[in-house]
This record gives sequence, structure tokens and C-alpha cells, in this order.
Amino acid sequence: MWKFLLPFAAFVALVVLFAFGLNPNRDIHALPSPLIGKPAPEFALTDVMDASKIVSNATLKGQVYVLNVWGTWCGACRQEHEALLEIAQQHVVPIIGLDYMDEREKAKQWLTQLGNPYSAVAFDTDGRTAIDWGVYGAPETYLVDTKGRVIFKFITPMTADVWHHEFLPRIAAARRAGA
Amino acid sequence: MIRAARVWLLGIALLPAASGALAQTESGTRLDANGQLEDPTLQVRFERITKELRCLVCQNESIADSNVELASDLRRQVREMLVAGKSDDAIFKFMTDRYGEFVRFGPPLSAKTLLIWGAPFIALLFGVVIIYRVARNRSRMPLDE
Repeated sequence: MWKFLLPFAAFVALVVLFAFGLNPNRDIHALPSPLIGKPAPEFALTDVMDASKIVSNATLKGQVYVLNVWGTWCGACRQEHEALLEIAQQHVVPIIGLDYMDEREKAKQWLTQLGNPYSAVAFDTDGRTAIDWGVYGAPETYLVDTKGRVIFKFITPMTADVWHHEFLPRIAAARRAGA
Repeated sequence: MIRAARVWLLGIALLPAASGALAQTESGTRLDANGQLEDPTLQVRFERITKELRCLVCQNESIADSNVELASDLRRQVREMLVAGKSDDAIFKFMTDRYGEFVRFGPPLSAKTLLIWGAPFIALLFGVVIIYRVARNRSRMPLDE
């Protein structure tokens, strides 16, 4: 009895392991963010459009907002740009851009040519703000609640679908909790 | 040429940190001609720490080995923290606070990582049981001839 049951159990265990490990829909780059539930790291950087202006998230306290990490070097950011423009049209929450590992002139050109979905874009010259937020690629999109805590992190390009199913319900819940 | 340029870039990146630290300690804060920290004990710690930190872009490379920009930003961060007199634990905590336990190649033993650390011993136990059973069955087998 054991002679047949044991190999069979081992086989089933392997199938389960492979079903999880080799699942093509699983994004192997998606990592849990230790930032979830923690206060959003503060930053005060220059505005990408105007180096004499400062963009800081300190002024957003008490508001639900989105932080979107992007760069002109990032193809997937170009891909999500249309979706961001559409989302910005809905005026649900302010979308703050964090321009990462980029050149100011290129970023300006990108925003004037393709349209600007952001209420403000912070220019992270040396990547220190990105390190504070645990950024390891672009695009990355964070959601911050009324108490200034990071409540959600999404990597890979934003889509209307993701916005609708992942962001809007969390924004509504954060506003209910904050009210 | 490229190497010289890289050292130069590193020098620029470290300029504020190095000059700030120089005010407090007299030596061991700047990079030498080979792009190493002047203080050899800090350089040894720098190499050990950066080998222990995963580059999250390439995932199977350490930030010591990786050429991507994030890895070089993180190396700069480690250097600055070393020069500022931070302990190894403080540096690892800085990294795991931001990137999670996954950033360390050797995750610390905790309830979450128990299976990772325990798996080799479980496998060993399985092996012992199998060998024991095989050996016992063999000894019971009648000898040929």
C-alpha cells in the first residue's frame, strides 16, 4: 500500500509546486512591499517643469493621492501614459509623478508632447527618493491614504482595468475610513 | 578610459558625502584611484555587505556584481552609510525596510523563513529514512547462490 501511495503523494506535491511555480500569469518580479501600512516617505524635490519650484508630498497630508514612478527611458511608462491621461481626466485623486533616473529636458518634452496627467512631477535626480520608496523599476504606482500611509503598490503599466478594480475601491475605502 | 570615467563619476556622486565626513574624521573617507574606500576596513565591510544584498532588477545578482543604475545607487547608499559610521545591521535594516527581506541573500531566521532554513534538514531526514528502509530491506533479501 505505502509503496504506491508514497510516490503518488510525491507526484501530487510536485504538481502543486509546479502549478504555482510555473504559472505563466505569476509575475516573478512582483514583490511584496514592506512599505504597505507604513507612513509614506517624505520628499521635497524640484518640479520637473520648473527647477525653481519644489514638489513635496508634505502638502498632500489629509488627502488620498497616487504616486506614479516613471521615466522617459522606460518603454512600459510610454505604454501606460494613455491610461494615466484618462485617469487624470476623471479627477478622482491627485496623481503625483516621480520622474526617476531621467533628464529634465527629455521629461519636459515627453510631458508637452504626450500630455501631462500629473498634478505635479517631482524630479528625482539621484534616485534617493526612489530608494526611500523601495522603487526597483518603472512604472510603479503607489496609493497613499488620508493619514499619509502607503496602502497599495502596483508595478507594471497602469491600465483602465487595474484602475477600476484595484485603485478605485481602495480610494473609496480610504476616504470612508478617513472621513 | 571608461574606468577612469567611472571613477570620476563616483567621485562626483560621493563628493558631498565625502567632504562632509572629512570634517569629522581625518582620513578613510574618500575613494582612492581604484574606486575603493580609503579606509581598508570600510572597504572590506563594503564588499561583504554589497555581496549580501540582492539587486532587485536582476534578482540573481548582488548589488556588488550588477551594472544596473539601481545597484550603483544602492552601492553609493551603502558607502555613505559606512562613512557615516553606521553599523552593518543598520545598513541591512535600511535596505529591508525599503525593499523587504528579499533584498538579502541570506534571510534571517523567522517564522516566515522557517521553511527555507528547514528544507535542507527535512530533505536530509527524508534521505536518512529512505536509506534506512532500503538498507533494512536489502539485509532481509536472500543472498544469490
